[in-house]
Formats: sequence, structure tokens, C-alpha cells
Amino acid sequence: MADAIEVEHLVKRYGELAAVNDIAFSVRPGTVFSFLGPNGAGKTTTTEILEGLRRTTSGTVRVLGRDPWTETYDLHLEIGVIPQDFRFFEKITPREAVEYYARLFGTSPDPEKLLQQVQLANKAGARFETLSGGQKQKLGLALALTNDPKVCFLDEPTTGLDPTARRAIWEVIRTLKAEGRTVFLTTHYLEEAELLADQVAIIHHGRIIAEGTPQEIIARYGRPEHLRFRASPALADYLRPKVGLPVTVSDGRVDVELHEKRDALRVLSIVEASGIPWEGFSTAQDNLEDVFVRLVGQMDEGTLKSESPA
Amino acid sequence: MRPARIFADFKIVVRSYLRNPVALFFSLIFPIILIALFGLIFSAVGNSPVSVQVLNLDHNSPASVEFLSALNNTSVVKVQLVNWNASNFAAELGQNDDPVGIILPNGFNASLAAHRPVNLTVFVDPADAASSGTVVGAVQGVANAFNLRLAGGTPVVGFTQQNVGSQVFTYIDYLIPGLIGFSILTSPMFSMVDVAAGYRKDGIFRELSLTPLTRAEWLTSHILWYMSLTFVTAGIMIAAGMELFGAHVDVTLGLVPFLFVGPLLFVSLGMLAGSVAKTPESAALIGNIITFPMMFLSGTFFQVSMFPPALQGFARILPLYYVIDGMNQVMLFSNSARALTDFVVVFLTAIVIFVLAIRFFKWRDE
Repeated sequence: MADAIEVEHLVKRYGELAAVNDIAFSVRPGTVFSFLGPNGAGKTTTTEILEGLRRTTSGTVRVLGRDPWTETYDLHLEIGVIPQDFRFFEKITPREAVEYYARLFGTSPDPEKLLQQVQLANKAGARFETLSGGQKQKLGLALALTNDPKVCFLDEPTTGLDPTARRAIWEVIRTLKAEGRTVFLTTHYLEEAELLADQVAIIHHGRIIAEGTPQEIIARYGRPEHLRFRASPALADYLRPKVGLPVTVSDGRVDVELHEKRDALRVLSIVEASGIPWEGFSTAQDNLEDVFVRLVGQMDEGTLKSESPA
Repeated sequence: MRPARIFADFKIVVRSYLRNPVALFFSLIFPIILIALFGLIFSAVGNSPVSVQVLNLDHNSPASVEFLSALNNTSVVKVQLVNWNASNFAAELGQNDDPVGIILPNGFNASLAAHRPVNLTVFVDPADAASSGTVVGAVQGVANAFNLRLAGGTPVVGFTQQNVGSQVFTYIDYLIPGLIGFSILTSPMFSMVDVAAGYRKDGIFRELSLTPLTRAEWLTSHILWYMSLTFVTAGIMIAAGMELFGAHVDVTLGLVPFLFVGPLLFVSLGMLAGSVAKTPESAALIGNIITFPMMFLSGTFFQVSMFPPALQGFARILPLYYVIDGMNQVMLFSNSARALTDFVVVFLTAIVIFVLAIRFFKWRDE
């Protein structure tokens, strides 16, 4: 099957500034693709180009096989978009809003069911101005679904929401995927991408600096797994010649870098055999957030080369 | 243009509006307040006639005598013949309590007989708006009655038969078309400028751009709403004017085209003003620059004929002038030929502005 989204050599300049500088990626149908990056990295610009709201400077973009800028009308019949900070007519209720969108799209969803799906059924008759941030965002989600879209664009849908509201949105995103829709999710919550995304691309200064599944990115850019003990430096001295792995000490903590999972058992048995007192061991692995912070930091220092061609 | 989408958007506009008490107040109560306010300020005028000093240079010719007696019959002015020197007329007038006067030119009778244009000179004191307005209104009313008859081809000798009393209009009569024009202008202009800039800032146009709704459909639904609103407010104003101040206006079908084309023009103009501006603040400024001169100089509160000639010329480039003049023609003078001309001017302007508004108003950025 053809990719739901294809981007090649995409460039978007505002005057001298290249907001997006020659990026490429593709999204398979029915998957969740997460676009990560710090504020100002080019996430929103890219998303708006995919949605047909902005023109490219150069490069090729196809969404469901269409050029978003020239085939906007047809494209909009097949995609759903929830922008950052969704705003709507203040005096209109969610039920009326869904009916309105259904009329515009010429579709006939059941408003109650749709609002139930985004967990907003209890506010179906409340005016938009009285809704909380999370409820407004949920209405945005419901409206994006009135036309039964093949691709859903969610631009930082959970920014500024409380943990419960965020989880509710995540649940909806999982449902979207289960229904076979393609989801393009931009976020700066790494946890969100790690939990939901099949595929992740990290963008910084308009370039993609890492791409793959969350696990691939962690494996590639994350530091190896560590085993840690609270113990005296004497334990570290004891371990160094015996384990053949890097051992460091800081703040009364001994830290052993593991190369393989089974190293953990070996290290533990050597520690136990040492007779040196220790307590409280734990393992630690980089999550996507650690990788992200480090990649972005390294790029800012100029020590990381971007994956995109220069 | 899909009617289903226009109707869907229209429903949203109506609901948003009806659920906004301030907007409702301004469109439904404000017209009554305006009528009441201006009606009260000038109602004293109707009670005691204004003395007008008249210099008849046509030496009591039949037409001039008839004209002056018609003026007297209006009961809002009292003609007082004087024998001053024409060159001293203004100075003499200044000594008077009611500083208003008329010079009836020599050859008035002959000109009327030959259907040749003839000009009276009406002297008014701009500081005394009440008596000025009354005199100008009365002279205009009587002159109009004469003109209509001449245009209709009735023999000039027939003048004396005409009862002109019912053809004379008071300030409140002019005020009704004027204030309908005022609300046709102000309610769409102020709110569309606001909407254009605000919806863009809040990203609501962006939301809408992601639906099949087109800009022309969106603008059309707003025009339909303001047309409906205009019918309601015009009805309220006419009823209030007639009930409270005994206004005499004709409520005819001829009014309908103006109630349609006015909102078409000013919704589009408001949208255009809001679209060319970069920020909500500059949008409001552009809106005010367009709205305020029109609000006062198009015959809303004061008849354009009372203005100095230069200002009258300026009024004629304002589209609202033609809306109000057209309504005056149908509601007061039954002059459908001139009303049609006014309508055509407004309609063509409205089409141009509508097209420009669609062109400049963008859903999305480059």
C-alpha cells in the first residue's frame, strides 16, 4: 500500500530563515507517526504544509497521494485536523458544533456517539466559552472526526492539559489507530510519543536529527543500561578488574555500564561474593526524553551531525 | 456555493448573535433609543412654527405666491415677507430671532412655466440646527411637490389646486430613513471588522479552512444574517417613529431592495477593511476611518441638503448617501425613478466590494 504521507526534500523559508530545511520522511497507513522537536524546530510549519495551510518553498509533499496546496479541497474531505489550542465560536455548544461540521462535510455522524468517543458527552449542551482547556481540545478532536478521516493530524493536542485529560486524549488516539486511521502527532511530550507512536522523527532547527521506532532511537542514541548500587568506593575498586565493564563512582553510588542483559547477573554475583556491604540496587535506561534532550543538546553544541543531507 | 453549507453557517451566526446580550441590545434597543433621542431633541420644532423672512423678487407672481402659501401651510414655518435689499439680506437676517430666510428669485414664475431649473436661496444659521432643519425640510418638501407635478406634466396653472400640506416632511420623517441607514452601516461594519481580524487571530478561519466551507459561502451567510437583522431593526425604527412621534413615511415594497443591498455592501466592506489590516488594532482603525465620515455625512442625522456645497459633494462619493437617499425617495417622495438610480449605484458598488472582500480575505497564509 502507498504511504499515507510522503515528504521529500521539503524546504520552507520565511525570508532568510529556513524554518524547514530539506527534510524527508514517510508515514505508513494505519500507523501513529510522532513528530518531535523543541519549540520553533519546524514542527508546526511542517504540519501546516501537510494540511494544505501553507505553501512549500521547494520539495515534494503528498498526503493520501495528493498535493496539499493544490488539491486542498479534496484533501480536506479525507483528513481531520486538531490544531494547537483549538478555538471555536464562544456561544456554540459541542453538539451544535458537531452538527455544523457534519453539515459542512455532508456527513451524518451521530453527535452523541462522537462526543462519547472523545469523552465529552457530559458537556454536549454547554457553550464553548464555558469549557475547560481539555474539553475544548476534545471538541477539536470530535470535529476532526466528523468526516471520518483517513489521516488525523494532531498538533500538540495535550499541551497544557492536566494528566487526566491527557490520558483521555491518548485513549482516543489509540482508538483512532485501532480503527485503521493514520495519525500524525506532533508533541513535545516525549512520554506521549514513546507510548503512542509506531514511528518517531525528531526535528531540530528545521532538520530531522533522528528517525525510527522509539526503541530504535533509544538503542541507537541512548546510553547503555546501567546497574547501580549504594556502596563505598571500595566496591568499585573491587569490581573494576573483575567485571571488565566501565565502573564509575559518584555521590556514594557505584555505577556499572552493562553491555548485555546477562551482564547484570554476572555483576550481581561478583558483588555478592565481594563481602563488601551494599544496598539498594537499581537498573536505569535512557528513555526517549533522555535521548531527545541529549541529541538536541549535542546538536546545539555542534557535536552531532544531522541525518539529513547537508 | 452550496445552500446547505450557507444555511449551516447561518445557523451558527444566528445562534452566536442571539446568545450575546450586548449584541442584541445594540441591534434591537439601540435603534429605538436613537429614534427617541433625536425625536425628542427636535420635537420642539414641531410645536411652534419657525419664522422665515422671505424676499420675493418675483413680485408676487402667481407661482411665487403659491409656493409661499404652500410653505405657510406646512405649519412648521411661518412666512414673513420683507422688503430688504437683496445684497443686505444676510446682514438683516442676522438681527432676527429666527435667523432663517429665503430669497425667491426674479423669473421664478417664468422658469416654472418653461420647466427651466430655478434656484431659491435659503439662508440658514448652522448654529441653529433645529430651525435650519425645519426650514430646509419644508422648502425641500414644497419644492419636491412642485417638481413632481412638473415632471408629471401637469399644467403649471394647476398649481393652485394642489394641497401641499401632506407632502411636507418634518425632521422625524427624514430621521427614519437616516437612522435605518445608520444601522445598515454601523452594525455590520463594526462587527465584521472585528470578526475578520479576531477570527484570523484566534485561528477560527484556519479551522474553517479545513472544512469544505468556502469564503464566499461564509461571507454570504453573514450577509444573510445582517439582511434579516436590518429588516427587524428597520421595522422597529419605523414603528417607533410612527408611534412615538407621528412620523409620516410610506412603508412600501420599494424599501426592500435597499434593505437587501445595504447589508450586502457593508458586510463586504467591513470584511474587506478587516482583511487588509494586519492586526485587530489596525483593522479597527481602518474600520473607523471608513465608518465615521459616512455615519455623519450621508444624511443619517442631518439632511445632506443642509450641508455646505463642498460637503455635499463629498457626501455624494459615500455609498451610504445613496442608500439613504434611495430610502428617502421611496419612503417620503415616492420618486421611484431616482430610487432606482440610487439602488443601481449601491448594487454595483456592493458587487465590486463583495468581490474585493473575497479576494483579500484569506483562509490560509502563504
